[in-house]
Amino acid sequence: MTAVTPTETPADPRRRLVASPVGWLIWGTVGLFLLALLGVVASVLVNSFGERWFDSWLPESWTTQWYRQAWTGFGLFDVIVTTLEVALAVVVLSVVVGVPTAYVLARRSFPGKRLVFLLFLLPIMMPPITYGIPLATVLYKIGLAGNLSGVILANLVPCVPFVVLTMTPFIEQIDPAIENAARMSGAGTFSVFTRILAPLLLPGILASAVLVLVRTVGMFELTFLTAGPTSTTLVVALFNSMNAAGIRAQQSVDAMAVIYMLVMLVLLVTALRFVNPTQLVSQVKEEPPE
Amino acid sequence: MSDLSLRHRLAERGVDSRLLLLLPGLVLVLALFVYPFVYGLGLSFQPVDGGGPFENYRRFFGDAFQRDTIGKTLWLALPAALLNVAASVPVAYRLRGRFRGKRLLTTVLVIPITLGTVLTAEGLLNFAGPSGWLNRFLQAIGLIDDPLRLVNNYWGVFFSLVISGFPFAFLLILSYLSGIDPSLERAAASLGAGPWNRFRLVTFPLLAPGLATTFCLTFVLAFSVFPSAILVGDPTGTTRVISIAAYQAAYEQYDYPFASTIAIVMGVIELAVIGIVLFARSRLYTGTTGGKGA
Repeated sequence: MTAVTPTETPADPRRRLVASPVGWLIWGTVGLFLLALLGVVASVLVNSFGERWFDSWLPESWTTQWYRQAWTGFGLFDVIVTTLEVALAVVVLSVVVGVPTAYVLARRSFPGKRLVFLLFLLPIMMPPITYGIPLATVLYKIGLAGNLSGVILANLVPCVPFVVLTMTPFIEQIDPAIENAARMSGAGTFSVFTRILAPLLLPGILASAVLVLVRTVGMFELTFLTAGPTSTTLVVALFNSMNAAGIRAQQSVDAMAVIYMLVMLVLLVTALRFVNPTQLVSQVKEEPPE
Repeated sequence: MSDLSLRHRLAERGVDSRLLLLLPGLVLVLALFVYPFVYGLGLSFQPVDGGGPFENYRRFFGDAFQRDTIGKTLWLALPAALLNVAASVPVAYRLRGRFRGKRLLTTVLVIPITLGTVLTAEGLLNFAGPSGWLNRFLQAIGLIDDPLRLVNNYWGVFFSLVISGFPFAFLLILSYLSGIDPSLERAAASLGAGPWNRFRLVTFPLLAPGLATTFCLTFVLAFSVFPSAILVGDPTGTTRVISIAAYQAAYEQYDYPFASTIAIVMGVIELAVIGIVLFARSRLYTGTTGGKGA
């Protein structure tokens, strides 16, 4: 075979020689990682359907009783409703608060802008526990923790900055001339927002909203620190049931973990329909197909 | 000086009524982030048992059981974050640009994000536990005689951090890499640069800011390790990380001043690491970047 494939120029044989072993190493590692991942997920799935599984490759027999048990025993329906309530409230509030902030930060320069920017960066750069504990202390003191509002307020802390940081590049992409034209025609700030910016920003808003949704459903620490018995979300319920070992059958916890994963998977696959995850931090300049 | 001219002069510096749009966001961050932090800082100087404002700090650093949580946390978080970033670079480098199945592969790599710490923990306990598939397989092919201890210790938590952190690091790096104009590398190639030189002299400097940011974000994730340190780790020994110490002080001993002290110490250490990384990055390369990496 002497034919040269269109993607490889004749000047390239050196590249093949050097890249090949490295390439194999990389793909091998990725393969092992994915295999381990598959093993981790599959072992939970198998266990959640297994009757008895001790010292063998597979369980002795199969059953769906753990799912029934998880559904009734954990009151899963209420937990899922709470989770969705919290997530929706956080999404709506953080978009309503975050988008105008992102707009000002993307478009304007004013004294103290760097400080304001830092203020919105810090909650993302800090581990949730570091501000979660003082925040929970304050919320308990004023009687806002232990219920739904406390969980929602605590989750807003990282989510509003997240919306601000993901929306800023989207806003920068919109030509200011469009806005100026609207203002020339007599539109006020509010109508510029609702009539001009909102429709143009819709993809960006949707993207950050879905990501905030995924983040909030998965957020453990802040919810754990501020939730009371009636405001437990799915992650916290899962952690509690696994941590209180012996009270629940381990398979039942596994069944619940599978339900959690399915909820997250649906959310994330929906998210990926709207957002290209690789376009979040920068405009992608993809190599044109040659 | 009339009111109007003051408004004009402010407007020239960019201050006008449209800045009011910042207000809701600012109020929220000040009320829910800055105020609790300052309150916690104040609380940390008011120890419940008296003994001077620095008593809580003295108590934390004087007690080896508490002090060692810092080392244990860093010993987990730094290697995990480094590995996640270092492994993401070659993988993302191979995967940038367009090819068939890219969407599928990105989706597969995103799946671990949906697992959550509890499923990862359960999965690791099942899969890598003493009678799990991994040990059975290694024993079946004769590589080991006795099961390896991979869970309920340092390694369990480390694996959990890699499983949850790698996809995140990979997506960020891939995104930064895709932001670098591919024609730059083609230009370098046409000047005779080989693949290693192209990476070292063109791509890497452009990627450096993105690498620093990714490292910081992955480090934050790993540094705040909490549920997995309890579930797959050894929460009273080798993986008693600093967030467990803070949690125990607050919710098991109800000593909020001491819990706030630990939270402040945790924040300071974390910011110090990020500061060092960003400082190192500023020494490396400070020109314009391909993407929004700054």
